Amino acid sequence: MRIGTVKELLDAQLIVGEGLLDHRVVSACGSDLMSDVLAFVKEQTLLLTGLNNPQVIRTAEMLDVSAIVFVRGKIPTPDIIEMAIDRDIVLLSTENTLFEACGKLYEGGLRGRIT
Amino acid sequence: MTRKDRMNSSMIQVYEIESGNFTKAGEAAGNIKKLLRQLGIDAGVVRRVSIAAYEAEMNMVIHSIGGIIKILIDPEAITFKARDTGPGIEDIELAMKEGYSTATDFARELGFGAGMGLPNIKKCSDDFIIKSEVGVGTRLEARFNIST
Ligand SMILES: Nc1ncnc2c1ncn2[C@@H]1O[C@H](COP(=O)(O)OP(=O)(O)OP(=O)(O)O)[C@@H](O)[C@H]1O
Ligand SMILES: [Mg+2]
Repeated sequence: MRIGTVKELLDAQLIVGEGLLDHRVVSACGSDLMSDVLAFVKEQTLLLTGLNNPQVIRTAEMLDVSAIVFVRGKIPTPDIIEMAIDRDIVLLSTENTLFEACGKLYEGGLRGRIT
Repeated sequence: MTRKDRMNSSMIQVYEIESGNFTKAGEAAGNIKKLLRQLGIDAGVVRRVSIAAYEAEMNMVIHSIGGIIKILIDPEAITFKARDTGPGIEDIELAMKEGYSTATDFARELGFGAGMGLPNIKKCSDDFIIKSEVGVGTRLEARFNIST
């Protein structure tokens, strides 16, 4: 799925990554547990989370996650945004809860891929 | 320059890890990832080393009083070493179990404390050793083969 489509389905605000909206994600993972994410996520995954701290960006960096959706309207602080710019990671913010956001993306055809 | 030229000699890097510094936490693992990429190492290997390095670094920041991380790169393998000066782990077998964690509420709020870190480091590496003594510290070594 295009990251731009994710943005539309979640009615999300683009925080950073304008030029990367045509990039694709092949699966998604919704979690507030970073070590769980680190243990299960594969490449080209979209990360949805209710957390809002630098470790979210670090985790995405280690896993080559290309886009992060912050749920419940969370907006990351400037230092976090700066980290995402340096690493070419798209940041989106949606008013949806984690559950709702995952549901909408699943309905839109995106799947989790835990192997 | 070909990958072989770049990989001819071995290389060592050392990073100091501070306890409780959550702003810096992950910097060492990030630098290691960048370095391995620049050396043209296989993306799958880079990913496994990065995940292991990050988990080990977070453990030092969260659970230890601080220490150092060393990364040794030679043509056959990457060796990752982490060593801290305390407090040490009482029961390693228990610490290695998925789900076992003594993380504080603060670390949990940041998304850690699932008890998945050590098992994941083992899973990511080709060889894994952990040794610890209460009051002395913890040493961890993970080896990653570079297939040629
Ligand atoms: N460097 C260390 N010094 C002291 N204790 C440690 C160290 N590393 C791990 N431990 C102990 O081992 C336990 C298990 O570690 P592990 O990394 O598997 O889980 P965690 O760090 O608690 O949670 P997670 O890694 O999922 O965020 C820790 O909760 C802690 O008690
Ligand atoms: Mg851990």
